[in-house]
Amino acid sequence: MSFLEVKNLNVEFNTTDGIVRAVNNVSFSLEQGKILAIVGESGSGKSQTVFSMMGLLDNNGHATGSVKFEDQEILNLPNEELNRIRAEKIAMIFQDPMTSLNPYVRVSEQMAEVLVHHKGISKSDAIQQSIIMLDAVKIPEAKNRIRMYPHEFSGGMRQRVMIAMSLLCHPKLLIADEPTTALDVTVQAQIMHLMAEIQKEFGMSIILITHDLGVVAGNSDEMLVMYGGEVMEIGKTERLYENPTHPYTQGLMSAVPRLDDTAEKLITIPGNPPNMMLAPVGCPFSPRCQFSINSCSTEMPNLSKVDEIDHLRACHVEIEELS
Amino acid sequence: MIVANKNKIVKLAENLNADEQILGRSLWADARTRFMRNKAAITSLIILILIVLFSFIGPYFAVWSYEQIDWNTMGSAATLGMPSIETGHYFGTDDLGRDLYSRVIQGTQISLMVGIVGATIAVVVGTLYGATSGYIGGRTDQIMMRIVDILMAIPFMFVLILLLVVFGRSIVMLFVGIGLLSWLDMSRIVRGQTLNLKNKEFIEAAQATGVSDYKIIMRHIVPNLLGIVAVYATLLVPGIIIAESFISFLGLGVQEPKTSWGALISEGAGTINYDTEWQLLVPLSFFIVTLFCIYFIGDGLRDALDPKEGNY
Amino acid sequence: MNSQTILQVENLKVNFNVTSEGDMPWTKPKKLQAVNDVSFQLNSGETLGIVGESGCGKSTLARAIVKMVPTHSGKVIWLGNDLLELNKSEMRHHRKQIQMIFQDPLASLNPRMNIGEIIAEPLRTHYPKTPEADVKLRVSDVMNKVGLLDNLVNRYPHEFSGGQCQRIGIARALILKPKLIICDEPVSALDVSIQAQVINLLMDLQEEMGLTLIFIAHDLSIVKHISTKIMVLYLGNMVELANSEDIYRKPRHPYTQALISAVPIPDPKIEKQKDLILIEGDLPSPVNPPSGCVFRTRCQKAQEICSKEKPEFIEAETNHKVACHFHD
Repeated sequence: MSFLEVKNLNVEFNTTDGIVRAVNNVSFSLEQGKILAIVGESGSGKSQTVFSMMGLLDNNGHATGSVKFEDQEILNLPNEELNRIRAEKIAMIFQDPMTSLNPYVRVSEQMAEVLVHHKGISKSDAIQQSIIMLDAVKIPEAKNRIRMYPHEFSGGMRQRVMIAMSLLCHPKLLIADEPTTALDVTVQAQIMHLMAEIQKEFGMSIILITHDLGVVAGNSDEMLVMYGGEVMEIGKTERLYENPTHPYTQGLMSAVPRLDDTAEKLITIPGNPPNMMLAPVGCPFSPRCQFSINSCSTEMPNLSKVDEIDHLRACHVEIEELS
Repeated sequence: MIVANKNKIVKLAENLNADEQILGRSLWADARTRFMRNKAAITSLIILILIVLFSFIGPYFAVWSYEQIDWNTMGSAATLGMPSIETGHYFGTDDLGRDLYSRVIQGTQISLMVGIVGATIAVVVGTLYGATSGYIGGRTDQIMMRIVDILMAIPFMFVLILLLVVFGRSIVMLFVGIGLLSWLDMSRIVRGQTLNLKNKEFIEAAQATGVSDYKIIMRHIVPNLLGIVAVYATLLVPGIIIAESFISFLGLGVQEPKTSWGALISEGAGTINYDTEWQLLVPLSFFIVTLFCIYFIGDGLRDALDPKEGNY
Repeated sequence: MNSQTILQVENLKVNFNVTSEGDMPWTKPKKLQAVNDVSFQLNSGETLGIVGESGCGKSTLARAIVKMVPTHSGKVIWLGNDLLELNKSEMRHHRKQIQMIFQDPLASLNPRMNIGEIIAEPLRTHYPKTPEADVKLRVSDVMNKVGLLDNLVNRYPHEFSGGQCQRIGIARALILKPKLIICDEPVSALDVSIQAQVINLLMDLQEEMGLTLIFIAHDLSIVKHISTKIMVLYLGNMVELANSEDIYRKPRHPYTQALISAVPIPDPKIEKQKDLILIEGDLPSPVNPPSGCVFRTRCQKAQEICSKEKPEFIEAETNHKVACHFHD
């Protein structure tokens, strides 16, 4: 049984200025217990990909394709059935914990609601289990703190509360959409460390969405690089860092300043991220690509295998030419 | 690691920039486009323009003036004073035999003028007062706003009536009274928006550059307030017209023989039992249609200058 | 490169009065020490990077230097003049030489003005008699410097991308040919590939125009790349000040060490072998800072003396200052 299989996922939005194709033909798979990082900048479609999987698209959004979780098709499932999967099998945490927690409701109520709704247990039992989970995410004095309101927690604490909430039903897959972007770097280290521990303990799979290549390096087994709604490259994290085979991945790796680096100048990718309102023709990266050839601006390249299996790239230009 | 080819990159950069247009598309133009798409607002705007034109051009088609008395119909308005083309009384006559068509035009002119002038005074005074108070902040702001609070606590109608009785009825008094008291709401709204704008980074940037406080208010704050001000101003006009109409309905408004919608409605309502429905219906229709139009336009403006854009 | 001192900040303190929710109107407001006793020296052509996490006071410090927030005590000596002693019009004169770039590129531009007007504003403010043609020329000149084409001059900020907006902000800062530019998190809101463009641009301009920069950010990798020396702040206090390389290779303060260890390096092999120093706990409240050393509540090395005596900011070796009783 495959764990998570995404095939030809497309997401379109109907806006007053026309149709925006946010996600084009995205396919990937995830094994149980593994961590996949989806990396991209503005307009890459990384967030909309997972939103569509979880049925969280805006009203004017429309997804097609196939998303199979444990062999069950979950894309565009009606809400009653999807709610049995949400929180129980697939949980999600978001970027800004202040807006994902209801500021008017105590944390105990918000957490207990999840258990009461999904497991049907009593409220007091639910609160007990919530306290245990808060302990697991290292919230000090969980028993007293649980009755507080979200704004009484710091940013890092709130994110821990979110993580605890998402783990209450012991989901098999956790989707984390930019979980540490809004946090300080030392807090980020704490949270990523916590997630790694939890992942080991619960054997969960994680889809981690981020734009931070440092976070990806230390916290993922596989990575998927997206640009302009398309998959550019996908493969094992170590391999992609060691030997990026797509011009965008290469450009991204060179553009990020490293703490242990003494180079004088950063090698940049010229131009700007794509404006998704103007549907790009061909490969969305071609206007900024220094290796682009004629076919790049007319036809979107298919994913082709690089020597090892499970390492794919979408590029017309041969690897050898990317010196 | 790739070694970038500098020439190709420079060329790419030039190509990217050259594709873009030359003329800028300001936020006002964006708003205008959105406004044009709003059918209710555009229809209302057209109707309103027609009403305004009517008040200018209508007099050329009038047979009677607004104070002329038609001795034939006086006293028998119900039978002889009905609207008709032959007699020249397109809208009929009132009880004194005066032509309703011209009186309605007169009333339209007065009511619209009071509304627009009153709103303009309110907007100018309210905006400057509120923006200054909000920007300066601190104790000055507190004092200025407390003054507004105190003024607002005074019952508006009561004061207006008092002024009109003490100083006599005149159109100037009407303007003064209404204008002086309607800027209060506007100043509160503008102050709120100013407080919001004050924390934006482009204001900080201007301060860091050394731009004077006066220039910051006039160049940076006020233009960014105009959206909200425009919306609330259009909502002020009906309020002022209603206020004026009420005063005139009470008999304290414009002096005879000049008239306004409120006065006409008042007279028309008084004769409603005597089969002279047109005396009420005609001015009332003008009144209601105009107010509806202004409300729809205000709604349209609010949608067009959608705050979701984040530029307020 | 001329190494004369152009800016000297001495014992700068910035306090705010805060009232918590639920306080009665007559309760005395509490004192928040946003910046506590910061001193440093900046030489011409250098770049001082100021790093720290939320609540460390770096943005407040930047604004205090240009008198955008009131200071409690201390001196800001710019080319021999104490800016804090000057009145409004004297200060205005110096503002020409010290400019600022902000974090949110779009929000730092007036949405109702076109970029030509935005960039020209500093020039028109300080030199109102400049003829129109000259203004246009200067604007065009500085736009080219930052990589914006002339034909964009009539466009409005919302028509540009984040990176381009930041370039407009930089152009506006450059038009008066300042000596010092204070950059407050200029690239945090930009995409990764665009950050590199803007960083390179700043460094190129610095060399070309002989600028001195103060660069404030929370991303240590970027700060280290662009700065010659780095100051680390924690809860409004300086904890370490040294050359960029030394901060990275030989951090002496436990907070700096934890900070550097927390920065993820884009290299899976290094990351997996990393010895992560995790700081536990939360940032203390700046209204009620810990006695003695402000970092002691989260420091692994903390001893009794740390709560009794605030460590002095001393020179551990040449050009490397640290405030810790037990520094390395």
